[in-house]
Amino acid sequence: MTTETVPAPVTEELLEAQKIREQFPDALLSVETFRGDTRILVKREAIVDVCRLMRDDPDLQYNFFSECLGVDYLHSRQRYRFEVVYNLYSLVYEKDGVQVGKNRRIFLKVPVPADDPVVPSVVEVYPGAGFPEREIFDMFGVSFSGNPDLRRLLMPEDWVGHPQRKDYPLGGERVQFPGGKYGPAVGEVAVQHPGESFSGKTGDVQGEPYRAIRTPTPEIGPGTALPPAREEQSSGC
Amino acid sequence: MATIDEKRLDGLNTLSGSAQGVTIDALDDQTMVVNMGPQHPSTHGVLRVVLELDGEVIARATPHIGYVHTGIEKEIEYQTYLKAVTLTDRVDYVASLIENAAYSLSVEKLLGVEPPPRGQMLRVMLMEMERIASHLVWLGTHCLDIGAMTVFFYAFQQREKILDMKEMISGVRMMSSWIVPGGLRGDAPEGWFERGKAFCDDFPRAIAEIEDLLNANPIWRERTQGVGVISVEDCLAIGVSGPTLRGTGVAHDIRKAAPYSGYQNFDFHIPVGQYSDVYDRYRVRMAELLQSREIIKQCIEKMPDGPINVDDLKIVPPPRAELDRSMEAVIHHFKLWTEGFHPPVGEAYVPVESGKGEAGYYVVSDGTNRPYRAHRRSASLMNLQALSKMCEGRLIADVVAIIGSIDIVLGEIDR
Repeated sequence: MTTETVPAPVTEELLEAQKIREQFPDALLSVETFRGDTRILVKREAIVDVCRLMRDDPDLQYNFFSECLGVDYLHSRQRYRFEVVYNLYSLVYEKDGVQVGKNRRIFLKVPVPADDPVVPSVVEVYPGAGFPEREIFDMFGVSFSGNPDLRRLLMPEDWVGHPQRKDYPLGGERVQFPGGKYGPAVGEVAVQHPGESFSGKTGDVQGEPYRAIRTPTPEIGPGTALPPAREEQSSGC
Repeated sequence: MATIDEKRLDGLNTLSGSAQGVTIDALDDQTMVVNMGPQHPSTHGVLRVVLELDGEVIARATPHIGYVHTGIEKEIEYQTYLKAVTLTDRVDYVASLIENAAYSLSVEKLLGVEPPPRGQMLRVMLMEMERIASHLVWLGTHCLDIGAMTVFFYAFQQREKILDMKEMISGVRMMSSWIVPGGLRGDAPEGWFERGKAFCDDFPRAIAEIEDLLNANPIWRERTQGVGVISVEDCLAIGVSGPTLRGTGVAHDIRKAAPYSGYQNFDFHIPVGQYSDVYDRYRVRMAELLQSREIIKQCIEKMPDGPINVDDLKIVPPPRAELDRSMEAVIHHFKLWTEGFHPPVGEAYVPVESGKGEAGYYVVSDGTNRPYRAHRRSASLMNLQALSKMCEGRLIADVVAIIGSIDIVLGEIDR
């Protein structure tokens, strides 16, 4: 049993945007296309309704929740800091002898300001959003109201900070262990090669040199008390 | 069956780290919590599953992940586009070339380039070899979990041949990073295609041998048939893809639905299951092994001559011989390996069909020489969400069979 399906040419330009505009006139913020992909920026209050529209509309039938992911724009966006991208796919298959699905892919985006990083959860529409939303919560600190099980996904439960944020450094960080214990940073134990540059490795967007971001506490080692939480550094934007 | 009183459970829940996430309120005095993993031979890495049992029947299975989280997505943001390829190898480490290809296709979409026909077809051949290798690892470990040990050796015998071929082309058996944005790192050496042909000729015999061991085996059938059933609607809403989805009868394969790297030029079928159980997933993957072999055979027959890389020295390095003769080549080489290339501002996601399902890198470019953000769509992670649905109402011994059947790779889940 095989089905030979080729991608449907996008003849009706931005059908999804039209539908959103008809149903939720306030929700649509912008539409962009890049190399054949469509990305629609919608208001975050409306994301659950828009997802439901995408799933239930007979012309769209976005029945497959591919994933959602977060992007931290830190300083490069004017009005907000994070974007949550929903990747939906209209999968073609035979249901009770009828072919459903349109073989289209759409990316919905939601802007999230730094001072109020909360997005309504789409778990009730797409149950598959459970893990990806937890990952975004874990990695970016964007929380999802309505997600029944919003815990950290990959990092330990008592971890401080959100590692995928742009102001969370790479390498110059003391290693966190469970129970509020800290080990040395990579830079404190690694021997730096004379020709090696750590510039840009710190996650600092201004390109501060590697040494500058490290708090000079040489006596710290495994089992010592928790240093000041990183949260204070990273919340401003 | 022993029951646990409230006091014991309270104590269990406050143990540091050992029972995180176990909700007490859902339990009555008839249920019991069993922790499975993270160090368990059947969890394929370090997966921990907290099982809520009613007698020997599973009421709920909650996966806990993150034990091999290595921050690959974060690390990619600090590498140039070309250097990040080596990190993608480590995501789904049993099918690293498909990883390379998924990443490279997204970067190529940002750049707006496409490798020439020979490069494309060589990629397809390598990817199908990786799919066979990936499925064989699944087959061996899945059978080992259920107790059929011989299959493991038979499967890994065949996988060794593929790893040898990878070593022949790249010098590396597993993490070869051979597929890069713009093409491949090198062409096939002399005698490589002949070796591929010999592999293809022998492969159906090896598969038949393995199927002889399993298909009619009453223990295997008892352990797999009717186990881990999930509906099509649940699969789609959760985002389950790959052989696990095809086991439910949905003939969806990205190689057909949205062809990349010239898959539309090949003649192959999408095997589907009927009963959406562990046995059907097994049958689907076994059929896919032979379909992949068909594609490899067609690659060897139709392999065109010509270059393998895009004709742009800003993206791919010049040939080694050029460096001795041309100053321009030296400059290109130096610029590429120090600074790299600058794709235009934009975002790209190219889904590919990996051994586990839909895989792809969502790459965000801000116009610099490093990816602003690279997110790996993890098929294993999404498929793992279906675990609880598949396990509910089944016996505790079935969990092992079900985890094996959805073919998870923890490197891909935790990244």
